[in-house]
Amino acid sequence: MAQDNSLLISSSPHIRTKDKLPVVMWSVVIALIPAGVWSYFVFGISAIITIGVSVGAAVLTELIINLLIGKRITVINGSAFLTGLLIAYNLPASAGGHLPIYIPIAASVFAIAVIKLAFGGLGQNWMNPALGGRIFVFFAWTRLMTSGWAAPMSPDVVSSATPLAALKFNAGTLPTHLDLFLGKTSGCIGEVSAAALILGGVFLIIRKIVNWEIPVFYILTTAILAWIFGGLNASTPALFTGDPLYHILSGGLMLGAIFMATDWVTSPMLFKGRVLFAVGCGIITVLIRLTGRNVEGVSFAIVLMNIAVPLIDRLFRLGIFGTPGKEKKA
Amino acid sequence: MKTKIKPSTFPLGGIHPRSLGFNTMDNEIKNADLPHFVSIPLSQHIGVPANAVVKPGDIVKTGDVIGESSGFVSVNIHSSVPGKVLEIKKGYSAIGSMTEMVVIEFEGELNMSRTGKSPVKWKDMSCEDIIKKIKDMGIVGLGGATFPTHIKYSVPSDKKITELVINAVECEPYLSADYRVMLEKIDDMLIGIEIAKKLLNVKNVYIGIEDDKPEAIQKISEAVSNIEGIEVVDLQHKYPQGGEKQLIKAILGREVPSGGLPLDVGVVVSNVGTIVAVKEAVVDGKPLTERVVTVTGSIVKNPGNYKIKIGTMIKDVLAEVGLIEDPGKIVMGGPMMGLAQYNDEMPVTKGTSGILVLSKKQAKAYHHAPCVRCGKCISVCPMGLDPTLLCTSIELDRAEKAIEQGQNDCIECGCCSYTCPSQKHLAQTIKLGKLRQIARRKGEA
Repeated sequence: MAQDNSLLISSSPHIRTKDKLPVVMWSVVIALIPAGVWSYFVFGISAIITIGVSVGAAVLTELIINLLIGKRITVINGSAFLTGLLIAYNLPASAGGHLPIYIPIAASVFAIAVIKLAFGGLGQNWMNPALGGRIFVFFAWTRLMTSGWAAPMSPDVVSSATPLAALKFNAGTLPTHLDLFLGKTSGCIGEVSAAALILGGVFLIIRKIVNWEIPVFYILTTAILAWIFGGLNASTPALFTGDPLYHILSGGLMLGAIFMATDWVTSPMLFKGRVLFAVGCGIITVLIRLTGRNVEGVSFAIVLMNIAVPLIDRLFRLGIFGTPGKEKKA
Repeated sequence: MKTKIKPSTFPLGGIHPRSLGFNTMDNEIKNADLPHFVSIPLSQHIGVPANAVVKPGDIVKTGDVIGESSGFVSVNIHSSVPGKVLEIKKGYSAIGSMTEMVVIEFEGELNMSRTGKSPVKWKDMSCEDIIKKIKDMGIVGLGGATFPTHIKYSVPSDKKITELVINAVECEPYLSADYRVMLEKIDDMLIGIEIAKKLLNVKNVYIGIEDDKPEAIQKISEAVSNIEGIEVVDLQHKYPQGGEKQLIKAILGREVPSGGLPLDVGVVVSNVGTIVAVKEAVVDGKPLTERVVTVTGSIVKNPGNYKIKIGTMIKDVLAEVGLIEDPGKIVMGGPMMGLAQYNDEMPVTKGTSGILVLSKKQAKAYHHAPCVRCGKCISVCPMGLDPTLLCTSIELDRAEKAIEQGQNDCIECGCCSYTCPSQKHLAQTIKLGKLRQIARRKGEA
């Protein structure tokens, strides 16, 4: 019997899901589009330039390193594009034009080359690359990263303060909840509009690309803690007087909870672990926001919990079917 | 109308595989064309192959024994057509193992050489005689595992069976052979169940059917409404519910212990097709020489459920149903657990539940990306395993670790590979780990 070379032989299963990696990555990119479009209306063309530079630098870095070490070209799967996009969304929209162009480039190169590829590439990094890149430039160019915020809708004017800074230092006027929800405030490029981010998040949760438990528990924990302790900074300190809605709509919480904490590689694999991870993120975020020197704590909270992920995964294991003990529910 | 409670299912994992857009559920069972040649493997069951009792030149009739069982875990093999034995050759069977095959050229008239023309009064027969008959007639599990049925029904004296579960789930996507059998042969099925009840000495029988087959649930429920002890269980549609461990968990809530058998929780599971074959063997004296096979795929012109003689070559079947274009992959069985064939000269055997033909476009080798720790494989695993961890252990050749992590609990359902966004070959790697373990054991012995 001769072998018929036209027939493919492979081990079962013979069908696979359509949601393969590139589809997933590009879906996340699509989910981020509303926030990007919104940034153009609020901060003008400079936001788009920063996004372009950041994405370009990330993709190029990955491509060059792929070529240098002679590995398969992995750019097409969209993960570098996504990292670049998230980095841009986490960079401040500066008044009077875009950030110095070396900042998005430095962040993207660091994220891709050091945090992702140096550890073995996609799937091997223990820290969210976009956040790592963002934290790197935050410490390297702290002044540029924390001042000169563009005022919403008139990006040439310096805003008095971001909403969280206004709240923390009682400086300037607080934007209304509706402005926060829609995104008519100063802040980082992609973080200002809670509405646009929730829209993308709902799309991803329906498509089952991100789980619902991390965003929900993260935001819920932050809200509860902000409500309990948020009033302690006020002129007449009191418990249970914080404004939870203000806390969850401002800063990078929506962007972090929906798009960064849910990164597959750097979050736990099972439900219980994810809940623990999300609650941990919430606690650290509120701690930094209320008592830390920094105004915002989402990036640090997620990165700190990223470190704990291997331990969390070890803590929650499913029991094997047919063995006594251990609960068996996914 | 009774209040509808939510149908039960197994709690852990499971998937709903996507449809490729063809459905043979409404195609009635048709007799396939008679083949000019059949090539009947002497090993179509788990256990010892049968010994050839014919030689080239012999004239055989349909149903004549051509291979005699050669041990306890073995069954007889019968000629599926009348004709002349051409040769006995070695060749690969559909499961990929080398076996002896009897090649018979069709000659003469197709009539069965039955021992008794009138139905046998099986109720007067002793259990031993029935068991012997089942073995002589070559009955094996038709769900795919091809475990000799007479062994399944010979319960060791230290075990007590309390329930018989009829597996009418047929959870493999695109297969509908069992579904047609249960719709078209309800009476035979009920007699088969009575026989099995007698052999196993059980009172309670559960027929598990998934809720994507409402017609079968309704018809069979009506048929058993007057019979005491038989209950149709409406199950939520989910793959791999047809796995016996999953089925027992879904219906009875019991967990077959790791490494154990359904016997250990007092259950015997039989496939619908097998039950009908048992009836035909015991009552009609009909050996297992043909079976219902779903032939399907998007490039098949006339997909459907065909009754095919054992030993018919795939190419003869495909010539009859017609293909729109050259196939890219031919799978014996379903898309999740079936076996890809390396040519179309493989014979249909007792374990062939389906022939799935994929187009060149559908048949592609998957290039896998690294694991991105999404955890989807863990959440779909019906056995509570961590496929990606297990896969890593096997890739690194840490055999002890893999066994500790439950390598041998894997039922090879393929849910993990199906669902993996990185298209890693998870189930495939775990199967490799098992094979390596077997090879090591052989090396030690």
